[in-house]
Amino acid sequence: MDFVGKRKFFFMLSAIIILVGIVSMAIQPRFQVGIEFEGGSALSITFAEAIDEARIREVMAELDHPQAVVQRVGETGVLIRTRTLQSPMTEADVSERENIEDRLQLEFGAIETSELSAVSEVVAKETIRNAGIAVGVASVFIMLYISFAFRLMPNSMRLGAAAIIAGIHDVLITLGLFSILGKVIDLEVNAMFITGILTVVGYSVHDTIVVFDRIRENTARRISRDFATTINVSIMETLGRSLTTSITTLTVILALLLMGGGTIQSLLFTLLIGVIVGTYSSIGIASQLLLVWEQRGWLPFRRSTPTEATTRG
Amino acid sequence: MVNKDVRRLALIVILVAVAVWGLAVQTYDINVFTFNFSRGDDDGPLGLTLGLDLQGGVQLIYEAVEDGVTASQMAGVQEKIERRTNAFGVTEPSIQLLGENRVLIQLPGVEDVEEAKRLIGSTGKLEFKERICADSLCTDFSDQDIGLTGELLARAYAGTHPTTNNPIVNLEFNAEGARLFAESTSRISGTNDRTAIFLDDELIVAPVARQPILGGQAFIEGPDFTFERVRTISIQLEEGRLDTPIAVISEQNVDATLGEESLNRSLVAGIIGFALVVLFMILYYRVPGIMASLALICYIVLVMFIVKLVPVTLTLAGIAGFILSIGVAVDANILISERTKEELRTGRALLGAISTGFSRAWPAILNSNVATMITCAILFWFGSRFGASAVTGFAVTLFIGVATSMFTAVIISQTLLRILAMTPLSRFTGLFTPVPGRRAAVTGPGRRSQAQGGRG
Repeated sequence: MDFVGKRKFFFMLSAIIILVGIVSMAIQPRFQVGIEFEGGSALSITFAEAIDEARIREVMAELDHPQAVVQRVGETGVLIRTRTLQSPMTEADVSERENIEDRLQLEFGAIETSELSAVSEVVAKETIRNAGIAVGVASVFIMLYISFAFRLMPNSMRLGAAAIIAGIHDVLITLGLFSILGKVIDLEVNAMFITGILTVVGYSVHDTIVVFDRIRENTARRISRDFATTINVSIMETLGRSLTTSITTLTVILALLLMGGGTIQSLLFTLLIGVIVGTYSSIGIASQLLLVWEQRGWLPFRRSTPTEATTRG
Repeated sequence: MVNKDVRRLALIVILVAVAVWGLAVQTYDINVFTFNFSRGDDDGPLGLTLGLDLQGGVQLIYEAVEDGVTASQMAGVQEKIERRTNAFGVTEPSIQLLGENRVLIQLPGVEDVEEAKRLIGSTGKLEFKERICADSLCTDFSDQDIGLTGELLARAYAGTHPTTNNPIVNLEFNAEGARLFAESTSRISGTNDRTAIFLDDELIVAPVARQPILGGQAFIEGPDFTFERVRTISIQLEEGRLDTPIAVISEQNVDATLGEESLNRSLVAGIIGFALVVLFMILYYRVPGIMASLALICYIVLVMFIVKLVPVTLTLAGIAGFILSIGVAVDANILISERTKEELRTGRALLGAISTGFSRAWPAILNSNVATMITCAILFWFGSRFGASAVTGFAVTLFIGVATSMFTAVIISQTLLRILAMTPLSRFTGLFTPVPGRRAAVTGPGRRSQAQGGRG
């Protein structure tokens, strides 16, 4: 199979998917944001008997939470997201949570389980900032490491850069898909999502390194004077491993997703998308970037970005 | 050569046996001279420590309301919370300072968050009372209020006695406090009576007064005072005096039954995932697949043992990280198997093919795993910035998993495979190379495409 010859197709495909994602991210609500990024409280209650979602909304409005988002979970469960609930200040004080729970018990009968998580706005802002820093720092370090690991290759900085561009490509696609899924199935973006995104970068780079290592080896063995051939052969030779690993990893993630879910659902979803995209990008993007860079140098490469790739260069 | 492999095998067997033993024994406590090592948790499966999301409990993060709190003020806040949660009867509370002005509180097993918050958040009460004693040992006594409370204390700090160099606690009262303290010490000096100091109705210390203290400056010394003890006392006094206001900025509580449910579900998921991976590897890679699966079992045992040894608190996300690392561990085996297969195709003998396969696969395994470990380190930093134990838990287990996988893939898989290759089984090369015909067919067109690729 000729992967290298199809690189314009790959670039085009990625550009379209990323563009669709960006469009979705431009339309409000950009994401279903969890309380980790927005601040507020999430109260998750299961009752002994079936409940009426609309009635809970009314009760919440009566209790001075008209903006509360009420979501039913199964027959007897409910997830209420609202502003930060007041904590008890003195020993005699009844907290807002107790107030809500008491009232709900009165209306809908006994509460079986009740879980709360709350994050203040200050922390939420910090989380967003730290997440940005984490992704940025991880990218720089991985890029430096790859440049170091492949230091015997000519232009080893390019390998680092290509791997990270492929990683960012994966992050953009994952973000876009989450934005779309947020609108369709209320998939939430929270702190575990950031964990997932970073793991995706790691996985993508992991996959890319395996291909790069083959390129390094094949270059050293001088299997061809032509860089394009070397890259294509390297992709072909690692394809079996790439697919096998992706399949086993996806199997594991799917098993977790079907059985576990719950609080780590958004992490697993991120990984599911990320592993597929990461495998694709190590074949379709990372190695191809090396070739484009090698053949045309940096400036001409910019002229042949996917959007203008129709004019054959 | 043979000896080397046999020695390695023996080493692996011992290592895995130790790990199995380490997991099978719920808790252990080793004391050799001053060396003390105890690990294991009474409640968790295999003695592993479970996080709040798996056993149920409360996690709270408090932040000082005012800006510019000092380190000693935060130490006071921490001390206060520790004291109060102990009174609450929590088995293993964890109270850690987070950054400069935050405290992370984890109370496993506690269900009632609001009660916990009441307990932690309420203001402290520091009181000096006069303790009237019946005898010099003060076995029988009654405490009397003298109206000397925390606000009247100006400062408390640890120090050393100028002449004896013993650790002491220095006290400074304001004008009103000095007056009351002078009155009281005048009354009790020379008697058996004492000054009893209470924080939240709990006695901190009850010294005698040798003489009336009139200037509002005093120090407390005691035969059993250590630097640690005077530091604790002065922190307690300072906290009682100031009562640094704190507010909840993040809270989480998990129901115990739901926690147990998540634990069970993720265990089932792990077992299913593992079984599928093993099935796939054996069907696809045959004998090397069986060896890789054996190595994978060793891998799982070793990782769990390290998790217990460190010890890492296992969270749901941590288990996810661990299960994901199974995928990574398999990857190393796949890389090696693919390489071994290639070497076999070039006509190498089995044993040589295995060795070359391993050394060819090694750089890719090392570099890709280091990249993942870098990501883990940064995730750990990110998570610990705001006490997101889910994020750090994931990062730690994934890191341990990836690091261990390099060991198991390269040492355990290789040794097992080499030893097998030395048995008569090695004559059936087909057992070691899966579906050679079809693979060759796939490779064919790829090679041919070189010419086309060249143009691009």
